[in-house]
Amino acid sequence: MSKFKKKQGNVTPGISTASLPDIVFMLLFFFMVVTKMRDTELMVKVITPQASELTKLEKKTLVNFIFIGRPTEKFKAKAGTKPRIQLADKFATTDDIPLFLEKHKISVPESQRQSVITSLKIDNDVTMGVVGDVKTALRKAGQLKINYSAKQRERTKG
Amino acid sequence: MAKKNRMTNEINAGSMADIAFLLLIFFLVTTTIAEDKGVLVKLPPYSEEPPPDVRLNTRNIYSVMVNAQNQLLVRGEPMKIEDLKHNAKIFILNPEKRADMSDDPTKAIISIKNDRGTKYKTYLEVYNELKAAYNELWEEAAMKKFGKNLDELKNAQQKEIKDAIPLVISEAEPTKFGEEK
Repeated sequence: MSKFKKKQGNVTPGISTASLPDIVFMLLFFFMVVTKMRDTELMVKVITPQASELTKLEKKTLVNFIFIGRPTEKFKAKAGTKPRIQLADKFATTDDIPLFLEKHKISVPESQRQSVITSLKIDNDVTMGVVGDVKTALRKAGQLKINYSAKQRERTKG
Repeated sequence: MAKKNRMTNEINAGSMADIAFLLLIFFLVTTTIAEDKGVLVKLPPYSEEPPPDVRLNTRNIYSVMVNAQNQLLVRGEPMKIEDLKHNAKIFILNPEKRADMSDDPTKAIISIKNDRGTKYKTYLEVYNELKAAYNELWEEAAMKKFGKNLDELKNAQQKEIKDAIPLVISEAEPTKFGEEK
């Protein structure tokens, strides 16, 4: 009887935090792996629409991005409020698209140049005028595989 | 005394958690979970010449027009986006063999035309619904023919199904209405 009492009195059972670093490291590695450093600052507001028939973009190196949207607060004074095109890290017009595509193409091995995809990240709110111009420019440049970036949603019933 | 000595010889790992947390928070903040998904589209090649004037039987063309007010006009009749997929499926398959719908799924052509003032959101929704119509038809055909889901089939079998119901979406040059000032 006295034996039990003594033990309880002396050793206070604290929660062991020894495995805490392990848990945190596990989380850390997870985030390190899924992180893709944002190399370009977004200068236009882009909230992509929702769609159900999506295809995943497999090879990151084969994809180039074109952003279309209204300039963010920071750039309103400089770029106005009309929808603008952003290529890499600057505002552009449709005339800049061929050069942009060519620059990306150089970084891709020759055997894979056929499968380059242009991902269009376009804001919900933009009208088709500017989108149509970009599409025409892409067709003229021979970049025919495109991907309208969108968020996943359920397919409509019926 | 001896016990105390042993204690001091261990490296204090207590701050390890703090360091790891710091790094963790850094990566949490910089992470943008990649949402690299989208509607895949193949554009037609560009040519200066106007497209050849091929007379197509109007019964095989499913024309969808979206105006600057984001309203739909499908084969001359207004329609809601929610009904588009269902109607497109009926048009492509034409189960009742009606004279005003496609001869055969292989001959059906979807034609989309939009204004410059059409919202991108509406346009993509329309495109998505039409693509969904084809995807559903393929899935149904796969079930009927092979008794399996489409993505479980071999490539040759998938191709067979997609050749029987080919996806042809043609896009006309947009009209100039509703251009943003």
